Amino acid sequence: MIHLSAIEKSFGGLAVLKRVSVSVAEGTVTALIGPSGSGKSTLLRCVNLLEIPEAGRLTLGGEVLDFTGRPPARDAVRRIRRQTGMVFQNFQLFPHRTALGNVMESLLVVQKWPAPKARARALELLDKVGLAHKAEAWPLQLSGGQQQRVAIARALASSPRVLLCDEPTSALDPELAQEVVDVLARLAREGTTMMIATHDLRLAASVAHEAIMLDAGEVVEAGASAELFTTPRQARTRRFISTLTPDVSLAPSPARHETHEPGAA
Amino acid sequence: MPHWLDLMLQSLGPLLWAALIFTVPLTLLSFVFGLTLGFLTALARLYGPAPLVALARFYVWIIRGTPLLVQLFVIFYGLPSAGILLDAFPAALIGFTINVGAYSSEIVRAVIASIPRGQWEASYSIGMNWSQALRRTVLPQAMRVAVPPLSNTFISLVKDTSLAAAITVPELFQQAQRIVSVSYEPLIIYIEAALIYLALSSVLSILQERLELRFARSAGALESAT
Repeated sequence: MIHLSAIEKSFGGLAVLKRVSVSVAEGTVTALIGPSGSGKSTLLRCVNLLEIPEAGRLTLGGEVLDFTGRPPARDAVRRIRRQTGMVFQNFQLFPHRTALGNVMESLLVVQKWPAPKARARALELLDKVGLAHKAEAWPLQLSGGQQQRVAIARALASSPRVLLCDEPTSALDPELAQEVVDVLARLAREGTTMMIATHDLRLAASVAHEAIMLDAGEVVEAGASAELFTTPRQARTRRFISTLTPDVSLAPSPARHETHEPGAA
Repeated sequence: MPHWLDLMLQSLGPLLWAALIFTVPLTLLSFVFGLTLGFLTALARLYGPAPLVALARFYVWIIRGTPLLVQLFVIFYGLPSAGILLDAFPAALIGFTINVGAYSSEIVRAVIASIPRGQWEASYSIGMNWSQALRRTVLPQAMRVAVPPLSNTFISLVKDTSLAAAITVPELFQQAQRIVSVSYEPLIIYIEAALIYLALSSVLSILQERLELRFARSAGALESAT
């Protein structure tokens, strides 16, 4: 179980998260949706402490961390980060390492595994995202979708308790986004706990069990994703979801969004 | 054999010898020490506490703002008045090291800062700490960007070592001056010395190209992206 309670975070005096509380059960996928600037990415980054909240409490696995405005102990940060994996909007693969090298990195450097063992595990993960044949390729030689799948394998390498995905499909055109959605959907079926910040409804609807709507740093509505997307209770959520649908039809292949209408998934 | 060629061949030995035992070691040592100093200065400016940042800025300001020749004179001719007596070679080595340190610190600072924040975050997200992220992720990428500007510094340094002649280091240029003083052939001898400097910096240019090529290969940049 992951608990964020009464999380507060501001940037330069501007409150980005206002006492936000969120719980995620093991084995479930939670989509964080909301307009740009709603705080969904920041909330996600608070889970692995890329952002340190000013107040609130984070519970992850056996770790409980209370935020007091002072920087938390390095050890505590490290223990939390070892239980999380993160997938970034623009992949952030290490360009000077091969696909295999990217996935092996945390095993070699952080977990201090011997190279052959790390290599075997990394190959297994690349196979899982369908890229075993690209193990020796450099990031530059991979398509965006392939890079993101390598990034997913990298994030999974140290067996995190939760996979945090920050807009994992936003930098991809619909076709490449689909291969990433497929991989994430498979992970979801296998019981990987995930938190996904996204405004890709196709992704949210086909992968997430739960959904949380954020606006201006506050939780507007939370519930089962199927209901939240089809019959939102709050007017704000309804308005937001209706703006997403025409957005999809502006994509290069208009036929596509019909088959992936949120309700259809 | 024409006179000028004869003279060049005769003086080639002493000139090359001076280059080999003074110019080349002075260049290599002050580059290695200077780059180390520059790296530490860059880290101090980027990540150090305020007093260290101020100290690093002060150092770079002084060194970049004053002539190298004057710096060498202060160290070799000036410091003895303060009770610090140095031989010519160590004085030159210290002077060039401090100089390279200041210029290269600006290069190192810029290339480290040019690595996107996302690369740090990706490193942290897989559990690395700051020094692991710096060593494994940031520096290997920064080094690649740093090769051309640092090569500039290196090549300038080879030529700048001729200033050591002014503080009595018997390096290539001073050797040339000595030969001129007995042969009275400044045109031929100084051109010959210039050609040796040209040869030395050409070797460095070739090394630079090789290094760039190797870095490019190790990111797959030479093979077409799919």
